[in-house]
Amino acid sequence: MLQDKDRIFTNLYGFDDWGLEGARRRGDWDGTKALLERGRETIVEEIKQSGLRGRGGAGFPTGLKWSFMPMESDGRPHYLVVNADESEPGTCKDREIMRNDPHKLVEGCLVAGFAMGAHAAYIYVRGEFILERNRLQAAVDQAYEAGLLGPNACSSGWAMDVYVHHGAGAYICGEETALLESLEGKKGQPRLKPPFPANMGLYGCPTTVNNVESIAVAPTILRRGASWFTGFGRQGNAGTKIFCISGHVNNPCNVEEEMSIPLRELIEKHAGGVRGGWDNLLAVIPGGSSVPMIPKSICDDVLMDFDALKDVKSGLGTAAVIVMDKSTDLIKAVARLAAFYKHESCGQCTPCREGTGWMWRVMERFVTGDADVAEIDMLLEVTTQIEGHTICALGDAAAWPIQGLIRHFRGVIEERIAGKRGQIAAE
Amino acid sequence: MSVRRLAEEQPESFEFTPENLEWAQQQIAKYPEGRAASAVISLLWRGQEQNDGWVSEPMIRCIGDLLGMPYIRVLEVATFYTMFNLAPRGKYLIQICKTTPCWLRGSDDVTDVVKRKLGVGPGKVTEDGLFSWMEVECLGACCNAPMIQINDDYYEDLDAARTEALLDAFARGETPAPGSQTGRRSSEPVGGLTSLTGSAGQTGGES
Repeated sequence: MLQDKDRIFTNLYGFDDWGLEGARRRGDWDGTKALLERGRETIVEEIKQSGLRGRGGAGFPTGLKWSFMPMESDGRPHYLVVNADESEPGTCKDREIMRNDPHKLVEGCLVAGFAMGAHAAYIYVRGEFILERNRLQAAVDQAYEAGLLGPNACSSGWAMDVYVHHGAGAYICGEETALLESLEGKKGQPRLKPPFPANMGLYGCPTTVNNVESIAVAPTILRRGASWFTGFGRQGNAGTKIFCISGHVNNPCNVEEEMSIPLRELIEKHAGGVRGGWDNLLAVIPGGSSVPMIPKSICDDVLMDFDALKDVKSGLGTAAVIVMDKSTDLIKAVARLAAFYKHESCGQCTPCREGTGWMWRVMERFVTGDADVAEIDMLLEVTTQIEGHTICALGDAAAWPIQGLIRHFRGVIEERIAGKRGQIAAE
Repeated sequence: MSVRRLAEEQPESFEFTPENLEWAQQQIAKYPEGRAASAVISLLWRGQEQNDGWVSEPMIRCIGDLLGMPYIRVLEVATFYTMFNLAPRGKYLIQICKTTPCWLRGSDDVTDVVKRKLGVGPGKVTEDGLFSWMEVECLGACCNAPMIQINDDYYEDLDAARTEALLDAFARGETPAPGSQTGRRSSEPVGGLTSLTGSAGQTGGES
């Protein structure tokens, strides 16, 4: 189990002062100038060595992403954009960073911005997070006042501006190119790639979009060293991570833990165990609503990291663990997610716009059993026609929860349909 | 996707107050020259606040003129983003999170209470003008489920009784303290910290 001395987010729960004074006491903004003096390449290299993978869901190596930014500017400014549009169902970690430990993120913006040759960072906060946005803005204001940001940030000679921007209720803006569109004042509809943001992102300029947690951990990694970070988690899955444990557990909570912690240990140590005991567990969605669920038999010994969950055909995603005990109507749980994706589809690509509604309607009929058994395979087939056939991953994300349900709980759907048939026959 | 249209009845005009106009200029200044459109969401948001919580057609024109955007582009943004209310709403807008993590922990009970107490359908305003409600997608407070948002604030760790008490308080003209309604600080586990134990009880924190 991770020890407190190795936790990055030491004010995760907000028991201490969120402001600059508290942040300094916790070690933030300590020798930031010296960090920058190491130079751009050294910083990027250190992040690469740390094995940090993006904390927003896709798990792309952060250092590698930073290295895609041009070393020399061709005259266009570079931008860092922070994705704080946290809306993946089950996920509520960036919210805690922004309201309880905002200076970690603000300092991260300076360090990451510098490493990518950016003089401006925009933090895109989801619209509903009004308190969090105000808190973050207050932290940014404190940083300017203390000379930590501005024309000579931390007396480093580097000019850095950080702007807090906000959305207005669109899940799709968590997709990086939709976020950029939204930031430019348009509907949040994803762009075709290539060109990738590192070449043509915000306002057509080289841009890197990173998740809040990825940016917020960067200064600590640089201070404590890549080897400290790689000391946690299995090879290729380094570091510590905030897990959000929700659903049918005794004590739902956010907690920072070591990567690769066994799922069962995570739930039992921090969330007070599954409601009614481990044997009352039915299934877990281990990484936010977009990843397929896994049944108890897999939960018994699976590790919480990118590779282990990929091996069981699920994913770590945002590390949002949604626990469902045996009282759960799994078909309804997934039908509700199908409704979510239908509501959040931006409407740009036909397979997603039409398919999410189609899948939702079939799922709703599965809930009541008002369907034909052959429709299970038909639905599965339709999910594969949406998956991979859209500009962004929302189509995939809508397909995977349904695939997970059918993969592991086909029998439950069949029973529901048979039950309905029996009921009709009896009448 | 959902179809969202402007209200049939629209006011004659809209103008930002001088304070809001000044604020709008500060927002525009956050973006590079020629990129004023980037401020469209924050201006619509401030306009909505000024206009008792909804976006009107004259407001869309006003913001289009201010930002040098064709009206249709502002209209697109206003109808795309679901936090822009396109019709008048109650003084208190209740948004009930009903996505799976909240549903697993009883958002149906919360919804039943809201429906029963308010007695109007989603998007409608109660007769006294105080309340309207809607079902929304994941609000990102899943470790404090079920929860609702009332105007700017999150109310968390609810059940039927606590929801009822909240609505009663608002109806009396009070503003209950936001956050967890069971006394949790934020999203720490109840029944004792399992991490960051050294920080518990430290002073200096303010919410």
